[in-house]
Amino acid sequence: MSEMQASGSAAAVELRGVGRVYGSGHTQVVALQPTDLSVRHGELVAVMGPSGSGKSTLLAIVGGLDRPSTGRVMVEGNDLGGLDSTGLALLRRRTVGYVFQELNLLAGLTASENVSLPLELEGVGGGPARDAAQAALSRVGLSELGDRFPDDLSGGEQQRVAIARAIVGSRRVLLTDEPTGALDSVNGELVMRLLRAHCDAGGAGLLVTHDAAHAAWADRVVFLRDGRIVDESRPASIPDMPEPIGSAA
Amino acid sequence: MTDMAMRYGLLTLLAEEPAHGYELKTGLERAAGGSWAINVGQVYSTLRRLERDGLVVEDAATADHRDYRITPLGRTELDRWFAAPYAPDSAPRDELTAKVLLAIASRDVDVRDLLQRQRTAILSVLQAYTRRKAAAAADDLALLMMLDALIFRAEADVRWLDACDGRVARRAQPSAGEVRS
Repeated sequence: MSEMQASGSAAAVELRGVGRVYGSGHTQVVALQPTDLSVRHGELVAVMGPSGSGKSTLLAIVGGLDRPSTGRVMVEGNDLGGLDSTGLALLRRRTVGYVFQELNLLAGLTASENVSLPLELEGVGGGPARDAAQAALSRVGLSELGDRFPDDLSGGEQQRVAIARAIVGSRRVLLTDEPTGALDSVNGELVMRLLRAHCDAGGAGLLVTHDAAHAAWADRVVFLRDGRIVDESRPASIPDMPEPIGSAA
Repeated sequence: MTDMAMRYGLLTLLAEEPAHGYELKTGLERAAGGSWAINVGQVYSTLRRLERDGLVVEDAATADHRDYRITPLGRTELDRWFAAPYAPDSAPRDELTAKVLLAIASRDVDVRDLLQRQRTAILSVLQAYTRRKAAAAADDLALLMMLDALIFRAEADVRWLDACDGRVARRAQPSAGEVRS
């Protein structure tokens, strides 16, 4: 909570009139209509929609992996339109973490080395980078497994390593595309609890998913159709929600 | 709580140990993760029916309460119930299914808008369930499993809405859009 207050009212992610058009003339495809969306610190926002609705385009633009055709993208106060490719690469290393369905862990590196890699690319020394990696691994409940190679970890553990890598160091904006991948429901829930905890601790998360049960971990669920936000849901108020036995007043 | 769940819930608890009516009420609430409001009157009326059918008997009354205990016939009936798998009805009869199917039959309803309204409403409820789950103690299995049941069923409804949306989108032709407008 204090971190949220410390960061003031500025949104972690702010899109204003952001649109994306591929091609031109007769073959032009509108992937994303001009869209407004913001994600505050402390907030997890899910984006749902059918294939081709624009949700992956949206995520790629926020992460600086794709450039919008129109509009303005602000991430942690950085105007992405003003950044060249070097600036965008820096943003991806310092400010934004990704978790995709495909893990992309490097098989030749240990879990700990995978997690510290973004920091070492940034020029952080080996000792501090290892310490930061250890701290991130412990946040995902894997402090004992840093020396293992990806092949010696279960699918759920590998995905947690990928989350540790995405949140290592000072990065607070977490972008995820179907992060629970092929995990079973218990491991999938564990991944969602970690994303939730990251946001509750003052981070900001944008989650793209087909899965309603995963989207339901978000504070807001935004629905895209044909490149346009068509609706948004927030938690319902359910008066007769079950209470633990013995907790009733 | 349905009559069926009440009937087998009481037999399940009495198979563990004899108990009186109020103990059975709180035991059922605990077993259900707090999700079922239990009416003590329904407990007693169900106990009377179970007694009539020879599945439970009333022990000798003590000063302030009467214990019930399960009979051998009651144990046989409970074993039979646990052994028989539940199978869903072959025809969905819920209001959501009816609303969507009737919307397809209607020229005046924009089906995709209806599907989206429905999707948003269910997600909103799913978010509430999930918040409850996030706050639940890790060892409160009854509550967690009951919430899982609510969540997975609601998720199935959303998947069905998504599938309907896909079918409607594929069917939609420019001329069909004009008919609806």
